[in-house]
Amino acid sequence: MSTASPQAPTVAVETPFQRLRSQFLENRLATFGLILLALIIVPSVLAPWVAPQNPFDIGKLDIFESQLPPGSVSESLGITYWLGTDGQGRDVLSAILYGMRTSLIVAFVSVTGSLLIGATIGLTAAYFGGKVDALLMRIVDLQLSFPAILLALILLSVLGQGIDKVIIALIVVQWAYFARTARGTALVERNREYVQAARCLALSPQRIIFRHMLPNCMPPLIVIATIDLAHAIAAEATLSYLGIGVPVTQPSLGMLIANGFEFMLSGQYWISFFPGIALALIIVAINLVGDHLRDILNPRSAQ
Amino acid sequence: MRLFTGTLATSVAALMLGAMPLHAADLMIGIKSEPSSLDPQFHVLATNMQVAFTMFEPLVMMDAFAVPQPALAESWENVTPTEWVFNLRKDVTFSDGSPFTAEDVLFSFDRVAKVPNSPSAYTLFTRQIESVEAIDDYTVKMTTFKPYPLLAADITSVVIMSHLAAAGDAPEGKTTTELNRGDGLIGTGPFTFVSWQKGADFVVERNPNYWGDAPEWDTVTMRPMTNAAARAAALLAGDIAVMEDPPTANLSDFENNPDLTIAKAPAGRVVYIALDQQDRESPGISGTDTNPLMDARVREALFISIDRYGIVDRVMGGLAEPAGDLVPAHFLGSSPDHATAPTVDVERAKALLTEAGYPDGFSIVLGSPNGRYVNDVRIAQTIASMWSRVGVTTEVEASAPPVFFQNRDEMKYSAYLGAWGNGSGENLTTLNALINTYDREQGKGTANGGRYSNPEVDALLAEAASTMDDAARGAILSQADSMVLNDFGIIPVHYEVPVWALRNGLTMEGRADQYTLPQYIVSAE
Amino acid sequence: MLLFIINRLIQAAGAVVVMSMLVFIGLYLIGDPTAMLVSPEANDLERAAVRQAFGLDQPIWMQYLTFVGNAARGDFGRSFLTGQPAMQLILERMPATIEMVVVAIGFAVLVGVPLGMLAGLRPKAASSKAVMTVSILGFSLPTFWIGLMLIMFFSVYLGLLPSSGRGSTVSVGGLSLSVLTPDGWRHLILPALTLGLAKAALIIRVTRAATREVLPMDYIKFARAKGVRPRRVVGVHLLRNILIPIVTVTGLEFGQAVAFAVVTETVFAWPGMGKLLIDSIIILDRPVVVAYLVLMVFFLIMLNLVVDILYMAIDPTAREKVRD
Repeated sequence: MSTASPQAPTVAVETPFQRLRSQFLENRLATFGLILLALIIVPSVLAPWVAPQNPFDIGKLDIFESQLPPGSVSESLGITYWLGTDGQGRDVLSAILYGMRTSLIVAFVSVTGSLLIGATIGLTAAYFGGKVDALLMRIVDLQLSFPAILLALILLSVLGQGIDKVIIALIVVQWAYFARTARGTALVERNREYVQAARCLALSPQRIIFRHMLPNCMPPLIVIATIDLAHAIAAEATLSYLGIGVPVTQPSLGMLIANGFEFMLSGQYWISFFPGIALALIIVAINLVGDHLRDILNPRSAQ
Repeated sequence: MRLFTGTLATSVAALMLGAMPLHAADLMIGIKSEPSSLDPQFHVLATNMQVAFTMFEPLVMMDAFAVPQPALAESWENVTPTEWVFNLRKDVTFSDGSPFTAEDVLFSFDRVAKVPNSPSAYTLFTRQIESVEAIDDYTVKMTTFKPYPLLAADITSVVIMSHLAAAGDAPEGKTTTELNRGDGLIGTGPFTFVSWQKGADFVVERNPNYWGDAPEWDTVTMRPMTNAAARAAALLAGDIAVMEDPPTANLSDFENNPDLTIAKAPAGRVVYIALDQQDRESPGISGTDTNPLMDARVREALFISIDRYGIVDRVMGGLAEPAGDLVPAHFLGSSPDHATAPTVDVERAKALLTEAGYPDGFSIVLGSPNGRYVNDVRIAQTIASMWSRVGVTTEVEASAPPVFFQNRDEMKYSAYLGAWGNGSGENLTTLNALINTYDREQGKGTANGGRYSNPEVDALLAEAASTMDDAARGAILSQADSMVLNDFGIIPVHYEVPVWALRNGLTMEGRADQYTLPQYIVSAE
Repeated sequence: MLLFIINRLIQAAGAVVVMSMLVFIGLYLIGDPTAMLVSPEANDLERAAVRQAFGLDQPIWMQYLTFVGNAARGDFGRSFLTGQPAMQLILERMPATIEMVVVAIGFAVLVGVPLGMLAGLRPKAASSKAVMTVSILGFSLPTFWIGLMLIMFFSVYLGLLPSSGRGSTVSVGGLSLSVLTPDGWRHLILPALTLGLAKAALIIRVTRAATREVLPMDYIKFARAKGVRPRRVVGVHLLRNILIPIVTVTGLEFGQAVAFAVVTETVFAWPGMGKLLIDSIIILDRPVVVAYLVLMVFFLIMLNLVVDILYMAIDPTAREKVRD
């Protein structure tokens, strides 16, 4: 949930990308976040090629190499477990890379889906106004008043486990934020000259909404989407922690943390701790970037 | 420790009374699930039984090895194959001081069938009983519909309630709601009810009128802590003195921790893999048109490719015993030939698969519940990895327990991980449920999800069911059991060993039925 | 105004109907609750008897209509597991949840408002930047992760605080409360802190944003020019004007916190209604799940309504702004 949504996007619209970039890079913390993010995303995306082991391939796991401390050398595979192994014999480093990949896929797909659905609904509401607007916004209000975690919990217990199910659940709980923001922005856009002109030309509503209004409404939506990525990752981790997210043979970060916690008490901290750090890092990095992006794009809080 | 010393006030009070032990003592137990009710006849659930056994007692009580022992009945006799006579103790009073007589027994057995809304009724233990009669105040006769050797074992789960205290307007006397409030919870057990907050502490205190040896504890608190890690943390922090089911991952550290001790019970519940043995295209199998599990050689290959010792050591943290049989060797009717678990033999498994016509193996889905049995998913993953190694590429499908049970009952798994607890101390109940040919009307093979079927075995089990002589029955059961195992009809993996962790200075006798009973927890002097 | 309230109530009813239908059908599709409840030793006939006793042998629409009929009379059915009225089970657990949430929100406000004002007044100061960075952490890290870390540090490593459960309670007018006993407080601190940290981070950010919006306003400049002491400017003029968004957000967050208690209660085995929900979902105890959701939808919509009415009474134009 965002607290200060970006307001009129006029500055951003007129600002060339270069200016945005230089403004962004002025903030060292945000730049650090961006670099951190790249350092996380690249190896995660490339996990199947860079990870020492495929932790999802159950046939390759050796129970006799479970719970090894960081730095142990595998007898059967000849690789070094730099971050140790978990209770099933998974290389924790590989599991983190693959798990992060799952987290990122879930987050990107669900946020993109929410963005598309939310923006369409928000723009439609703004363009048509009147009863359509009232009805759609009532639904949005209702959705926003209901806690995301509860809704996702119910949906997943109904849908069952699986990455696709998690994505569906997250789209359902997130689209309303985008709809609301898109509508707010579009209400301003609707009265601008270019929309009026397009209407005079009798262009179809679809064309006006998607070809003309949408591009101008994107900046605030992108800010929300960035922050929302972190929320989606956290939500997926929480759902997997509660045992209703991804399948247990393909653990995501949240599940790795949950599974490793019982080992933590007996001093085998690495199984839960490293995935926890990875989760924290990725969320913090996204927020550093998103937070600063918001400051830049929001003229009212800009100095 | 704060836990073992009472407040100054109670200590002083104890000194003044003189009769009480010199140290007032409170015991805090972290239990793994919460009771669903305090009504001892509402819901057949281990936690409910455990809670009931602090306040109530049955006529016959299982000892730690699941052998029936005298409790409120000091002796019993099987006068005819269908008639049992129980001689009640004459020195017993309820915690409210009223005497215990045959009338209470009649009331309690009569109430079982009258409790409404039960999600799992206690009639499970009384369905073989045709009538219960009082011969005199201290003698009760039970008649079964047909010869039924397990009656004494069954009634260990039926506790005796006070017919005076539990009387009420409803057909069942005091209702479940009333009993949950503590109204009418009068038994003969070593403790009496103090309070119960749903989802939180259940508290009892010593029964001053107890007929047996007075327990050590003034009060006992059972606190449900469903999360094993949280339970372990609470024990390490000293918030609880006893915990059920410490996480297997922590066990070796607990054993090395000078502040803690470990208590184990005799091995009990068997964890097994059931294999689909119906002549059909099995749903979870690919790479072949027929069901390869119909071939005993394939089943044997799967049987011997599992490294049971490895699973016990690495997954169960030593808290299990490798199983070659469906019940541990000390059970009546176990198979002496299968008392030790086979060692893993990858080469032979591969050879058997080749011999059976599957040199390249096949693919199979192994179903497993997630969070129903100890380390269930981890065991399933480990077995999957072991099977994959001999060429049977295995994928684990782990589901939440309700989903798992649904799939199992609809026979959507070609192989699934199951577990079977045996409370009777003999193999008859296990074989009847897991091995007997499935028969809905007769209630046979109710948990036979692989649909193993062997008429010879069925005939032996029918014979055993009406053989009243223990030794003779044991021999028949052994024979049936051996036949199934030689046929590789089911794959036992290990027996769970129930375990508890206690703060140092406490000892307890671990029970095979896994009940944590505070009367058996004592501080080592 | 009255129309607005009526409108909201109709919405609430609609949401309750949709939610209950979804859950009804969903839980029906997942599986058979009796598979989890009935002893494995029971035979199929005994199983069928239990199903019949629970009404599960009826077609699903019939079960739903029966539920609606009973619910209209205030009867939400009996828990499959305990046989007790579902709504009663939830209400029994409610004080534990509300207590934890109140302490958590109290903590969040006490910590969040001063830090947020500090960050808003001196946005360039290192301390402010530190506060904002840490608030990002508190705001975005998953609750369960924070909870686990707190357990590791305070319970396992330092051995200072209990890791789970509620501790001893005192009954006041039928409500059992932990806040009245020292032992209760020891148990309450970690769960409340876990829940409160995220809320504190949010309040810091709201306070900071509000402070920075109010600071350039004329009346602040005027007060300063008039020579009012800085402490008074901040403590009276500023605080009074940023209070509205803070109160609003706090109010709305209260509802969110009650919902998030599901996670916190699971981590700390806190015997509140959130834990009850999770446990009930696992065993498919449908009456409890449905009753919980009906209660929550109603509670949240009422909470929103109250906040909206309060807010419109104070500042009719700025409603949209804060809701985001």
